[in-house]
Amino acid sequence: MSASVGLGDTAALALGAGILGTGGGGNTYIGRLKLDRQLRLSGAPCPVLNVAQLPDDALVVGVGMMGAPTVGIEKIEAGDEVARAVQALAAHLRRDFDALVINEIGGSNALEPLMCALQLGLPVLDGDGMGRAFPELQMDTFSIGGIPASPLALGDCHGNIAIFERLSSPLQAEEWARNLTIEMGGSAALVMSLMSGAEVKAHLVRGTLSLALKMGRAVLQAREDKVASPAQVIAALGNGRVLFEGKIVDVERRTVQGFARGRMSLQAFDTPDDCMEIVFQNENLVAWRDGDVQCCVPDLITIVTLEDGTPLGTELLRYGLRVAVIGMPAVRELKSPAALEVVGPAAFGYEDLSYTPLPGDLLPAAS
Amino acid sequence: MRIGIDVGGTNTDAVLMDGHNVLGSVKTPTTANVTDGITDALETLLRDSEMAVDSVDGVMIGTTHFTNAVVERRHLTRTACIRLGLPATACLPPMVDWPKDLSEAVGGMMFMAHGGHEFDGREISPFNAGEVRDIAAQIRDEGIDVVAISSVFSPVNARFEEDTAAIVRDAIPDAIITLSSSIGRIGLLERENAAIMNGCLRQLAHQTINGFRSALQEMEITAPFYISQNDGTLMAADFAAAYPVLTFASGPTNSMRGAAFLSGLRDAIVVDVGGTTTDIGVLRHGFPRVAALAVEIGGVRTNFRMPDTISIGLGGGSLIQRKPLQVGPRSVGFELTSRAQVFGGDELTATDVIVAAGHEDIGDADRVSGLDPDLVARVEDRVEDMVNVAVDRMKTSAAEVPVIVVGGGSILVRRKIVGASEMVRPDHFPVANAIGAAIAQVGGECDQIFSLAEMTRDEALAKARAEATSRATAAGADAASVEIVEVEEVPLAYLPGNATRIMVKAVGDLQEGE
Repeated sequence: MSASVGLGDTAALALGAGILGTGGGGNTYIGRLKLDRQLRLSGAPCPVLNVAQLPDDALVVGVGMMGAPTVGIEKIEAGDEVARAVQALAAHLRRDFDALVINEIGGSNALEPLMCALQLGLPVLDGDGMGRAFPELQMDTFSIGGIPASPLALGDCHGNIAIFERLSSPLQAEEWARNLTIEMGGSAALVMSLMSGAEVKAHLVRGTLSLALKMGRAVLQAREDKVASPAQVIAALGNGRVLFEGKIVDVERRTVQGFARGRMSLQAFDTPDDCMEIVFQNENLVAWRDGDVQCCVPDLITIVTLEDGTPLGTELLRYGLRVAVIGMPAVRELKSPAALEVVGPAAFGYEDLSYTPLPGDLLPAAS
Repeated sequence: MRIGIDVGGTNTDAVLMDGHNVLGSVKTPTTANVTDGITDALETLLRDSEMAVDSVDGVMIGTTHFTNAVVERRHLTRTACIRLGLPATACLPPMVDWPKDLSEAVGGMMFMAHGGHEFDGREISPFNAGEVRDIAAQIRDEGIDVVAISSVFSPVNARFEEDTAAIVRDAIPDAIITLSSSIGRIGLLERENAAIMNGCLRQLAHQTINGFRSALQEMEITAPFYISQNDGTLMAADFAAAYPVLTFASGPTNSMRGAAFLSGLRDAIVVDVGGTTTDIGVLRHGFPRVAALAVEIGGVRTNFRMPDTISIGLGGGSLIQRKPLQVGPRSVGFELTSRAQVFGGDELTATDVIVAAGHEDIGDADRVSGLDPDLVARVEDRVEDMVNVAVDRMKTSAAEVPVIVVGGGSILVRRKIVGASEMVRPDHFPVANAIGAAIAQVGGECDQIFSLAEMTRDEALAKARAEATSRATAAGADAASVEIVEVEEVPLAYLPGNATRIMVKAVGDLQEGE
């Protein structure tokens, strides 16, 4: 990829990140506005580094926001929350960071690290810890690979910063950070997964920033050309396929333990008996067609508007929307037995559902 | 009896309806001051239908006036915006996503102050009256008296917006104030955008609504009058004067509702051909299909419920360019009756071609008798293509669907549209817009976040339904007819505490008579 992200790239990046968000990850419209503004203030694009170029003894850390997307579109950030939390953690460690890591390439969490990197004069790595979005902190390749969740920093718009010096497990991190995030107003800057260059080389899902850009550009181009449907274009780029086209005929959402759990029903346009059911916990988890599983976590289930391929967050879903459902295979890093324990269907409560992966991987094997 | 009026950019249409019967209709040119056009239309309407003015129970007016003002950046008043929420939101100040020419036309004076609420109702920062007083003084010194006020999570708690309004009124006694909490739903930027746009339209709205009022007074019509909203419901005229932004997109909504009414079809595609543009939308169960995501008006993002329509540059006044062949998007618009060749003008328009082809007898057909038959055929083919492509874009399946063709320019659409199971051009098709206005309903909305730790989901839903219903009846709906048409729940994802946002819209028929 080009070694930087500039103003001309943000439309595509926001679109691609929304696609990889599989329904979650945060509002990319706000995310894009913030990044655009920072790019104008900085007067230069955000440098992007291939992780192979990073020295083994470098120090990097993952960044993003945690909280509710409904809060994110209302209580917009002050703008320097993440940067301040990174600085606080650096001061605590008495060491500077060499680069920032995108924790989650889905939704606005793909854009936030770039804004922070511009503010701190650091590069971001081309990659992330998921190759998609997930609802909980322990659900990334860093935690799965044994990188401790602590030290972990959380910050709010007032400049309050908490550093968790020691957390016994990633699950403990999820619980404590979640509760403090509520205290901070439902949205907080998150800095976690402190890694050496060698460690991040071992655990980073490489090339996902490039993939988001590529997907976004392809959708923009497809809208222009009107030859192939945007959904087909997305599926092709993600090694997946369009699972279903139809309209949403029912959305049922309920709140369980602080998550948006729910299900939606879709109906095919021509044959109303042909139905798809999708369950979600913030992100889309499992899709059934006429009772048969078509796709499930950690594979990606992305819902886009039929005509222009705009990705839909789970909270934007509503009756009557005409959509395409795209299934894409997860990155291979999420398919090991250890990873599937954390991000497979059983981790989301579908114990009796065995994971039958979609063929292939989201990204081709590294050469 | 009801009168429905559509004040468009080109024509002012009016219809007289008794229940479901259309007793009369009229189409007149829109005038610069709107009043004369309405007066003309009403005079003709009442004379032709031989009806007494005192038999009129209500007048419903749909207008594109305010949308056009924003789109054309005309007649906008300088407006200041105060947002409460610091230190949050600082990175995206008000109007951050507006086109530059529009923010300049609006004056672009904006302020951010401390305040705002969290999703659960806690304060982000304490309200600082001194800070707001300083801002109000600056606005006053700048000579601005229109102010839009927004506060983070004001749909949960509007108190800071109200406190700010009181301070602004102390400094500027005649201030015209719009609170974001009174207009929009969750989504700070979209709600604030709506409040600012509303502010800059208030003066125009005041004049325009007064224009409507004096036209009715001139006609000695004493019945109440209403303005149609973007979702096809009605609002009282005084309310519309305070909230002109709510009229955006009411035009396409009215034409689609009118088309549904006239044709008796509930599921169909509607093609509304005007003087300059053709709007295409989809009817589902008699109502316009609503757009999925945020809708931009004049380049500004809003989150109103609006119909999902596409608009192409094809109308009765579309200019024909010969080489290379092109129909529209440029149009003679309201000057059709002076600039089209059949009316003695020099411009070749789509209407001239239809007359030359012998399909319609409009103006003086002799003036276009010499038109090259090959050109006429090619223009007809092109128009057919344009409509076919646009209709296909709105279709969601290969199945054939009925297509309803309405609007004054719909004489252009003569051939069967590809994928149409039938083509319906109902009686009164040129005035479908005005009919849509006449049959509009009134609605009320509730959009709030409830903590389900404190009450059950059923209690929360009941509270939201009751609130929406009472807002609908307060807006003039007949209580017996009020129905809940939309219930939407959005839990605040990623959060414990069971905070849930519930949005309910209630709709009912307008209460008739006294």
